[in-house]
Amino acid sequence: MKNGHWEKNLFQLIRRTSVDLPSDVEAGIRRALKKERKGSHAWWVLETILANAAVSRKNDTPLCQDTGSLTFYFGVPVGFDTNAIVAHARLAVAKATRHGYLRQNTIDSVSGASYDTNIGSASPVFIFQQQARKKVDVRLIMKGGGSENVGCQYSLPDAGIHAGRDLDGVRRCILDAVWRAQGNGCAPGVLSVCIGGDRATGYKHSKELFLRRLPDRSRVKVLARLEERIMKDVQKTGIGPMGIGGRTTLLGVKIDSLSRIPASYFVTISYMCWAFRRRGVLLGPEGGVQRWLY
Amino acid sequence: MIKELEYPFTLTKIRDLKVGQRVSVSGKIFTGRDRLHKYLYDGGKCPVELRDGAIYHAGPIAIRKEGVWVVKAAGPTTSMREELYMPRIIEQHRMRVIIGKGGMGDSTRKACAKYGCVYLQAVGGAASLIAEFVKAVNGVHFMTEFGAAEALWDLTVKGFGVVVTIDAAGRSLHKRIERSSRKALEKIMK
Repeated sequence: MKNGHWEKNLFQLIRRTSVDLPSDVEAGIRRALKKERKGSHAWWVLETILANAAVSRKNDTPLCQDTGSLTFYFGVPVGFDTNAIVAHARLAVAKATRHGYLRQNTIDSVSGASYDTNIGSASPVFIFQQQARKKVDVRLIMKGGGSENVGCQYSLPDAGIHAGRDLDGVRRCILDAVWRAQGNGCAPGVLSVCIGGDRATGYKHSKELFLRRLPDRSRVKVLARLEERIMKDVQKTGIGPMGIGGRTTLLGVKIDSLSRIPASYFVTISYMCWAFRRRGVLLGPEGGVQRWLY
Repeated sequence: MIKELEYPFTLTKIRDLKVGQRVSVSGKIFTGRDRLHKYLYDGGKCPVELRDGAIYHAGPIAIRKEGVWVVKAAGPTTSMREELYMPRIIEQHRMRVIIGKGGMGDSTRKACAKYGCVYLQAVGGAASLIAEFVKAVNGVHFMTEFGAAEALWDLTVKGFGVVVTIDAAGRSLHKRIERSSRKALEKIMK
């Protein structure tokens, strides 16, 4: 694969993800603002968030200084050279770091040394899926530490929260996770929940749900109903934006499932902060932009 | 009503702040996070005068333009990670303002009451906006030792909007919300 447009357009994808809040998320914040009392802390936080989104776009600066861990999701044609696009993506990440769209944010876990280009082991993360079409579908999620640290995994049954192996048990896990997170995940955020799978696939799949748009509901009817119920319940906690009180504790919740083995029943919850950095692009065979996604 | 708070953050000014008050901070503040807190906790010498000062839990993105540092993004990081270190740093340095996100625990709350310190909550993630409140980078310390994100940045800010969530009387909005949301949750979970 020749360099062509690959590196340049992957760099643009990173830049957009870092500075430009997706419109579905911004619309969700605007809806939330209308529900809060004018002049309240919640109202001030949401106003600040919207002002920040505008300044980020205007100044071309990162929405959040914690540009987080980067996960690239590639949908590629049969026979596509995945090693080559990984090499281009790494160059694009290093360049985005030099230009201040990414913070120097990658550390050796043993020595504590900083990888100044953000290229480390499993940094960034690349996930590939083969698709029966010629285009290359690239999506990027950037997720900061505040939200990552409040993610959690339950193994049901869990006597502490009276959660059995059913959807009511799942509901209890989600509510408990919201309470534990308080404002630390930068509320109001989006929860994504994977029922089942093993410990590793549970987290992997829950994070993939962040690729869904904010207003989407699950295609599985009972899960769609559970999503709606959680949204209603959670707002009654009064945790509010940044955890300092208010009506909006979450912007959305996504629930999906994977099969499991009889002995295990995991409920895995990932949290995405309001600074929901998710962008995508469809690239042609030479790496040219066909369409920006989201 | 937004209260103006200007450096130096003397005890009199700090005791005047109450939980729930919106505050606009101006003057000198120092950033510091995990590594700086551990260093100070272990008795490391601080290169700046922290007395009547503020520590801002943040790891900014700054780039150097023609020899001058420009802060591009400077939102708060989760304060709770410094809970172990904070009380000793408050006691030894008599710093009076902590700025961060997510609040802090009982040890810090008690230290705030005992020595006269407040916790101010900034809006997490609002990095571009807060960068606009940064008017000058006066210096940076521990750049090689800790790296850019963990370094101590000596900043001058103007009109940095925050809300008091732990005051010098030891009241905590975080504690209050944690309790009331627990109650609400128990009702929902029934």
